[in-house]
Amino acid sequence: MTVNWYLLVSAIIFSLGAAGVMIRRNPLVILLCLELMLNAGNLALIGFSRMWGDGAGEIFAIVVMVIAACEVAIGLGIIVALYRRRLPVDVDELKELHG
Amino acid sequence: MTFLFFFIFAGFALAGAAGVVVLRNPFYCVLSLVVHLISLALLFLLLEAQFVAVAQIVVYAGAVMVLYVFVVAYVGGGDKPDQLWSASPRQKALAIGFASLIFVELAIAILGTALSSLGTEGAKLSADYGTPAQIGELLLTDYLLAFELASMLLLIAAIGAVALAGRRGGIAEDEGNLSPRHGVVHTPSPAATGSMAEGVSGYGVTTPLPDPQFEGRELQQPARETAEDDR
Repeated sequence: MTVNWYLLVSAIIFSLGAAGVMIRRNPLVILLCLELMLNAGNLALIGFSRMWGDGAGEIFAIVVMVIAACEVAIGLGIIVALYRRRLPVDVDELKELHG
Repeated sequence: MTFLFFFIFAGFALAGAAGVVVLRNPFYCVLSLVVHLISLALLFLLLEAQFVAVAQIVVYAGAVMVLYVFVVAYVGGGDKPDQLWSASPRQKALAIGFASLIFVELAIAILGTALSSLGTEGAKLSADYGTPAQIGELLLTDYLLAFELASMLLLIAAIGAVALAGRRGGIAEDEGNLSPRHGVVHTPSPAATGSMAEGVSGYGVTTPLPDPQFEGRELQQPARETAEDDR
C-alpha cells in the first residue's frame, strides 16, 4: 500500500470540495465544502508523515483541525447573524460587505 | 488486507464527499460529511496515526458536526431548496472545469514528478509513532510556538463567535445604544446608513434617495426581556 494512493484520494476530495465551493450557493454548504478541502489537506499531511516515519505531519494535521474549528465557529456565527437580520442565506445575494 | 480496507474506506470517503457537493438538503449534506469524516479517520488509522484518528472522530465528527446540525436546524437549511441548484449551466460547467483542472494538476504533481520517491511503503516506524505520548512531546518541544498560537487563535475565534451570534437581534441590534439619544423611537439617523440590508435590497442605489426633509427611519424597539419577567 504505497502513499501514492492516499495522495490520489486526497486530490480527488480536494477537487470535489473546490467544485462544491464554486457550484453551491448556500453558505452552510460552502462551509461544508471548505471542510472537505481542509480534510483533503489533512489526509495528504498524514500520508507524508507516515512516509517519513516522523510525527511532524501529525502536528500539522492537528493545527489544521484547530484552524477548521475556528473557521466553523466564525462562519456559523456569521450565518446565524445573517439569519437573525432576515437577510437571505444565499451567497449570490450577499454581494456587499459594508455595514 | 490493508489494500481491501483502504479501498472500502476510500470509497466511503469519496462517496461522502460527493454527497456533500451533490445533495440538495443541507441537513443531508451534513450527515454525508459525517460519513466522510469517519471514513477519513479510518484511513488515518490505516496510516498508523491513531491519535489524529481519534481526534478526528471526537472533535470533527463529534463536536463540529453537532454545531453544524444545530445551525442547519436553526436556520432551516432548506430555505429555498429549488434555488440551490439554480446556478446557471454555464457557471456549473465552469466550476466543474476548474475543479477538474485542479485535479489534473494535483495528479501531475503526485504521480508525475514524485513517483519514484513517494512510491514506497514508507519509512520504518518507531514503536511510539502516532501515540499521544509522541504527539504531546512534539507539541511541547519542537512545536511549542504553534501550540500557543493555536490556543490564542481558538480564544479569539470563540470571542468572535460570541460577539457575532450572541446578541438577541443579530449584528446590529445594539446600534441604538451607541447613539446618544438612546431610547428615542425616532432616532435621527441618516437615511442610508450603508448597512448590509440596504446593500442587499439596493436601497439608495437603485431607488432614489429620500428627500432631505426626512427625519430618520424608525427603529424598531428591541424586544428585551426585562428582569421582572424572570421573577
